[in-house]
Amino acid sequence: MALPTRIALEIVTPDRALVREEVDELQLPGADGYLGVLPGHTPLLATLKVGELWYRTGPETHHLAVAGGFVEVLPDRVTVLAQIAERAQDIDVARAEAARRRAEERLARPAQELDFERARVAMMKSLIRLQVATRARTRV
Amino acid sequence: MPSLLDLRRRIRAVKSTQQITKAMKMIAASRLKRAQDRVVAARPFAQRMQRVLNGLAARVDPDAHPLLRTPDTGRPLLIVVTADRGLCGSFNANVIKTSVQWIGQERGAAGVSLGFVGRKGRDVFRRRDVEALFEQIGIFQRLSFAHAVDIANAAIDEFVAGRASRVQIVFNEFKSVMSQRIVVEQLLPIPRLEGDGAPGADYLYEPGPEEIFRDLLPRYVQAQVYRALLESNAAFFAAQMTAMDAATRNSTDMIDSLTLYMNKVRQAAITREIIEVVSGAAAT
Repeated sequence: MALPTRIALEIVTPDRALVREEVDELQLPGADGYLGVLPGHTPLLATLKVGELWYRTGPETHHLAVAGGFVEVLPDRVTVLAQIAERAQDIDVARAEAARRRAEERLARPAQELDFERARVAMMKSLIRLQVATRARTRV
Repeated sequence: MPSLLDLRRRIRAVKSTQQITKAMKMIAASRLKRAQDRVVAARPFAQRMQRVLNGLAARVDPDAHPLLRTPDTGRPLLIVVTADRGLCGSFNANVIKTSVQWIGQERGAAGVSLGFVGRKGRDVFRRRDVEALFEQIGIFQRLSFAHAVDIANAAIDEFVAGRASRVQIVFNEFKSVMSQRIVVEQLLPIPRLEGDGAPGADYLYEPGPEEIFRDLLPRYVQAQVYRALLESNAAFFAAQMTAMDAATRNSTDMIDSLTLYMNKVRQAAITREIIEVVSGAAAT
């Protein structure tokens, strides 16, 4: 069987289909660490954690922040079902910054056990979003 | 016979009502468009999820998960999805009627528990003696997936804790602009998944299939609740648009018949005056 040369990438969130493109390469934040996917990858089903996802089409690289969900990888097709996914250029940096500060404050004075866990996740999300947003800006 | 002045005043009142219904119809129409787009936009996620889940069901023991087992404790829970506002025809009444029937079929009001989404449903049942497990009021203005997650998780908690033997959701399904259909859907235990025979490729799992399955099932329930909310939201605007359209047409009819009547009254008055003048002249 000839290996496929490209991957049909689809990123969907509960709200909409965000990305539907042919790509050459991508990287995902899997539950056990970042995964790189090239055409012809072994079928794989993995959960996603909060992290950065990027994909490359020719010379162009796109960055997204994703949080939660899972991914289905087939040799010629990748479907990402993410709870939250945002393109780098869509991220509101001011809001992410505010969220980070809020989370930081909460982490500094943890009131309850549950609060702490939630704040930690919020912190991670905002950090990832900030990181992804910076990438979009440095590239332009 | 009412006076000309009264009739004029009534016509003016109906006209201003008509302006309001017309405006409401227009607003509902534009919101309907957006709500409809959201229903369509949410479809790919639900479909992909179903596919992945079916593929998984073929290779894990489906009875292993608590969300798939039928417990023998607790009472049935119904999530009643109505709107927050009225002026939408029989939209809310239909849901409430179906819910009352459902309660009747189950063990009566004491044997079930209810969860409310939307103000209208809660208000009706607050006057009756039913246990309300949770209520979500005013979420439709800024409907997001997070709301569905809250509702689904509340239901899952009840179910897993053994307080709910089964969870169903009743809502208006958006069929078309002209018709909404009431559906009662089973959320928990999750209806038997179709292991689609040929489980395609041999997957690698990261982490293991059981972990993924465990992670996926609650998300599946959340996606279903989300779909129900979106459908109900679109159906609400469709119902409101239809209702307001009918109201506008009715007030046009009313204005027409009132105008006709007013003209008759006016003519009768003129005729009477002429007769009076003529007979007065003849008398002298």
